[in-house]
Amino acid sequence: MKVPITALLLSLTALNAPARAETPKLSLQQVAPGIYVHQGAHELPNQHNRGEIANIGFIIGQRCVAVIDTGGSPEQGYALKRAIESTTTIPICYVINTHVHPDHIYGNLAFKQPGVSFIGHRKLAEAMAMRAPFYQEKAERDLGFALKNENFVPPDRPVQDTLELDLGSRTLLLKAHKTAHTDNDLSIYDSQTKTFWLADLLFMGHLPVVDGSLNGWLATLEQIKTLDAKLAIPGHGPVSADWPKALEPEERYLKTLQSEIRAFIKDGKTMEEAMAKVGLTARDNWQLFDEFHKKNVSTAFAELEWEGD
Amino acid sequence: MNQPISFRKGIWLALASVLVLASSAFAAGEEEAAWNGGLRQKFFGDRPIAESNQVIELTAPYRAEDPALVPLQINSKIPQTQDRYIKTVTLVIDNNPVPFSGAFHFTPDSGKADLAMRVRVNAYTYIRAVAETNDGKLHMAKAFVKASGGCSAPIGTDLEAAMARMGKMKFKLDNEKPALQQPNLAQLLISHPNITGLQMDQLTRMIKPAHFVEEVKVSFNDKPVLTAQTDIAISADPNFRFYFVPETAGELKAEIRDNKGNQFSASQSITP
Repeated sequence: MKVPITALLLSLTALNAPARAETPKLSLQQVAPGIYVHQGAHELPNQHNRGEIANIGFIIGQRCVAVIDTGGSPEQGYALKRAIESTTTIPICYVINTHVHPDHIYGNLAFKQPGVSFIGHRKLAEAMAMRAPFYQEKAERDLGFALKNENFVPPDRPVQDTLELDLGSRTLLLKAHKTAHTDNDLSIYDSQTKTFWLADLLFMGHLPVVDGSLNGWLATLEQIKTLDAKLAIPGHGPVSADWPKALEPEERYLKTLQSEIRAFIKDGKTMEEAMAKVGLTARDNWQLFDEFHKKNVSTAFAELEWEGD
Repeated sequence: MNQPISFRKGIWLALASVLVLASSAFAAGEEEAAWNGGLRQKFFGDRPIAESNQVIELTAPYRAEDPALVPLQINSKIPQTQDRYIKTVTLVIDNNPVPFSGAFHFTPDSGKADLAMRVRVNAYTYIRAVAETNDGKLHMAKAFVKASGGCSAPIGTDLEAAMARMGKMKFKLDNEKPALQQPNLAQLLISHPNITGLQMDQLTRMIKPAHFVEEVKVSFNDKPVLTAQTDIAISADPNFRFYFVPETAGELKAEIRDNKGNQFSASQSITP
């Protein structure tokens, strides 16, 4: 394999430099005044991207910064922290984790220090604890790094239902949702700019991944779509999009899954048949369709078999 | 069945470490290592096993979409008659922490010894279905499946709802009006979280103890159709598809027992 000289030099430098300094600067876009988002790529987590695939960022108030999701690797957490420090001198008071998935929480440790409060859904701590061993094994195998228990920083402020977070002349409204994308989804609404940070409640471009409840997700979308917002920030997709139009493709996909799988179940067809045939018309509209669609079908099929019981 | 957790965990860790090395590059024969290195002997002793698809065929996805929900189909190639029938199908998943996944017993009244279910697959492995015909002969079909983490994968997110529904069962019939004297396809859905005992909570040092369905009995008018011993490889909310032959109208009944001694039953009347 031919290795470019520069890459070789870079990797040699990286060997000598402390691990934290080697990460390239995190790209950020200001999507609304004081709201910064780093865009993740639509890729499966792997050793090359180190699982750094989600949209993450922060919101700056007069007194405090709130970090929203910390990234897919411990290093990305440090990179995000440096990016914040080079953007503002206002201190970080809060780290909000929108849900348990690795690409959103693996940077947590970078922010753990006195004065920083970690916030998440009331079910997040349990989900982290239950998944940690599985995730650790998976990170070593697929992402090429080891995670210690310390990397899983659970929330010290669990959100039961809603929570108002005062950043100084800017109040964020946090909402803990019922089981949807996962059973621990938390959204953030900034009334000042009417920006709605949905994280993985909203997938754009990247096929939505059902890891909670298909019916629950659709019910949640129904509930939130009337919210008075202008901008949506998806967990995967562009850094921001028009609200509520941004929801449409996802809602269409999830509804297709729901109606087609219901019909399969009603006709006595099997999960295998559903996995082979349901929802294929959506294939061209999404990235990573082949990677996640069949799993979505099987997850949803197992759920819908018992709906109404 | 009720092995201490540490034992199960030990096996799992040992297997996992072997498999991390093995999964990247299976050398020839390595896929058979666990089978030849003890599993075969443990389950079948020195009895000859014919490897063929003449008696049963096993269908499994080569690459699992969800390792905790891998659909399997076992199709029999011989009819169930009084003279010749498949008595038992034993399902073994070589590289699972508990390789024994289930033993399914049929009778001539089963009509057809076909079976479908969903299983957990913890590592790249062969899945084997070994049929014992009533003459005592063993016939094996196998399929290689690429999957990992199915047994240690976190419990489905709505455990509360799953526990509240535990023990609920329902039958689904392929034909609303089953045909008499013929094999009819039926599906048994069991609501049970089927907790593997490998879903660890390392932060609190706690573990969800294994809690799974270990016996399933399906009968029609009190004659056994399908009787099974099952283990943690069966996915949450176990789902079995099988055949039964109604001679008259009657009652299809399922009785299950889990490893904590909970018993549940459900029945459905069959009117052709």
